[in-house]
Amino acid sequence: MLRFIKHHFDSIDNVEIYPIISLLLFFAVFITMLFYVSKIPKKNLEEISNLPLEGEENNNDYE
Amino acid sequence: MEKEQFYYDNKIVKMFLIATIVWGVVGMLVGLLVAFLFIFPNYMEGISWLSFGRLRPLHTNAVIFAFVGNSIFMGIYYSMQRLLKARMFSDVLSKIHFWGWQLIIVAAAITLPLGLTSSKEYAELEWPIDIAITLIWVVMGINMIGTILKRRQRHIYVAIWFYLATLVTVAILHIFNNLELPVSAFKSYSIYAGVQDAMVQWWYGHNAVAFFLTTPVLGLMYYFVPKVANRPVYSYRLSIVHFWSLIFLYIWAGPHHLLYTALPEWAQNLGTVFSVMLIFPSWGGMINGLLTLRGAWDKVRENPILKFFVVAITGYGMSTFEGPMLSFKSLNAIGHYTDWIIAHVHIGALAWNGFMAAGIVYWLASKLWKTELFSKKLANTHFWLGTLGILFYAIPLYVAGFTQASMWKQFNPDGTLETVTQIMPMYMMRAFGGTLYLTGFILLAYNVYKTAKAGSTVTDELVEAAPLKQISPSRAPNEKWHSWLERRTVLFTILTTVAVLIGGAVEIIPLLTVPSNIPVISSVKPYTPLELEGRDIYIREGCNNCHSQMIRPFRSEVERYGEYSKAGEFVYDHPFLWGSRRTGPDVHRIGGKYNDNWHFNHMYDPRLTSPGSIMPSYPWLLTNDLDISDTEAKMNAMVTLGVPYTQFEIDKALFLLRNQAEEIEKNLRQDPEFVKNYGESNMQNKEIVALIAYLQRLGTDIKKGETAQN
Repeated sequence: MLRFIKHHFDSIDNVEIYPIISLLLFFAVFITMLFYVSKIPKKNLEEISNLPLEGEENNNDYE
Repeated sequence: MEKEQFYYDNKIVKMFLIATIVWGVVGMLVGLLVAFLFIFPNYMEGISWLSFGRLRPLHTNAVIFAFVGNSIFMGIYYSMQRLLKARMFSDVLSKIHFWGWQLIIVAAAITLPLGLTSSKEYAELEWPIDIAITLIWVVMGINMIGTILKRRQRHIYVAIWFYLATLVTVAILHIFNNLELPVSAFKSYSIYAGVQDAMVQWWYGHNAVAFFLTTPVLGLMYYFVPKVANRPVYSYRLSIVHFWSLIFLYIWAGPHHLLYTALPEWAQNLGTVFSVMLIFPSWGGMINGLLTLRGAWDKVRENPILKFFVVAITGYGMSTFEGPMLSFKSLNAIGHYTDWIIAHVHIGALAWNGFMAAGIVYWLASKLWKTELFSKKLANTHFWLGTLGILFYAIPLYVAGFTQASMWKQFNPDGTLETVTQIMPMYMMRAFGGTLYLTGFILLAYNVYKTAKAGSTVTDELVEAAPLKQISPSRAPNEKWHSWLERRTVLFTILTTVAVLIGGAVEIIPLLTVPSNIPVISSVKPYTPLELEGRDIYIREGCNNCHSQMIRPFRSEVERYGEYSKAGEFVYDHPFLWGSRRTGPDVHRIGGKYNDNWHFNHMYDPRLTSPGSIMPSYPWLLTNDLDISDTEAKMNAMVTLGVPYTQFEIDKALFLLRNQAEEIEKNLRQDPEFVKNYGESNMQNKEIVALIAYLQRLGTDIKKGETAQN
């Protein structure tokens, strides 16, 4: 099973570059995400965060 | 736009709610049985299917997949319909999901006590059940995505992202960790061996906690906490950051379960770094949950549901603080293999999962049966019993963990047994804590039953909402990137998958590909046929639940157990059996340490050889005939997986097996006591002989030439 695919990457030179690439990719995505999140207008955020509260008048039996 | 009328499916939510309660009681009851086995190891003597090694996986599986699983589905089916303003995609799929899942649980409850197990923690179920889980998971996935596609609400609330991440990640984890080669209907071997198997298992094990016990419950938190407190989540921005950073980081952290083991150093360090980073998203989520109650803390005093939520989220904060701390090598050296870990996971299970589930159940009970909760006072009692239960459970085990770790570190002749007798009072307190917690939960069952009896039997709920206007799948001119992404469900799901795959791939592919990561030891040879059968008995009895086979490179461990374990020693171990807890001593170098008679007597009654031991006795190993009908098939399966058995060895398997068994019986007969008691019985045909063969082989490959000594 696994032995059939196990050694496919052996011949690649500098195979250790792949983790580094993934790490950079991760940070790039993370920073981009932070940037976009900071850019979302407050109005949209409020609208979305109110979604769970829609629909029923009385959300709390204990009030 | 014209509004459409439709019904929410409440019946399916009710069904999952009832299943949550039923399996909750069952799972905790098994947990309690197991806790009492520590104090009264004899009380189920001689009943093979009630021995610790078989019950412990039943407890973990019942709590994780039956209790928490059903509670997650309950919350998902309730909140998804409302957040998307749509009935679930297909009632038939909902029903298949429900009944399929319950059948899987029943199958687990039957097979695990029978000893049908793959031995990999939280993935013990054998291959036919694994396939069933995959199918049911796909059914749930189609149902969820289908509902999202027919929604009447443009934007997808953050709770649903967490559900989607759960859906894809659990599928990936489950499939990759359960890749196994079947030998018979209920026996299979992991396709990975040794270090690779350990790595895949803990990549799975860690992320089963992450994506089965954490992300879906965070989704529930983001829906039910605002709902019950009647105010929006503290920061929606934070919830987006929380989501992406959590799913990105979690998947890398698995190797922290394997610190100081034979796993390559770079993989261990990667695990530590990411585990420490993980505290940021985890605490971001906790803060977001707790601060949702800003300005509503007075309600927490009045409302038992909010009390449950507050303790649950605090418990989440505690265990996600502890997790990164335990990933530091210095603390891990203390905590690993001890009861500290058991305390740690129970903060997660009892506080975070159990109390989130309880809060949601109470809230849903009054919603679904359209009446007030039968007794708020009873719910408050449950809360206090549960909270005390958590404290009585966890604190003694923290003490036990430290006690045991510091005793192991001392250089004196005390064995693991002395450490266990030392912490016995802690085990008693733990059982008391568990009893309190279960009592509270039974009060919940009664409270819900009374509520349901008094309530309405109307199941479905009529609602109306405008259908979604068709808009272009591409980004609208003023639309922000993330809000566009949120409405593109499939793309969103794919990106989530990519995010989790990167971490997994980076950790696992190099291990599978670069041979230098696992140095070859030429003296390490495959198991003999008899040892292979013995190993399967070791797996069946769940010995790995209490005994590790991984000696860490500490002076104290090398003194106590022998030379530390090397990665190359496990290359033929399909599956690996390193274990994660030492209730008993490490057995990796047990081979040759005692004679065959010692093992024989020890298995018959551990207290004969080791007074005060809390190990169960295994009298059935002396009477059960060894099943050799699959021996050749097992060896052939091993060959397929890369174990170098020769054709000659396979053809002669039974001959070799009998020879070795006769040899062991000869050894046993050197003891006059044995001849007196068992002289007539043909011990060479019994299971015990295979197990002795395996135990005597353990760890001997690289210490040949040394004299066996006590």
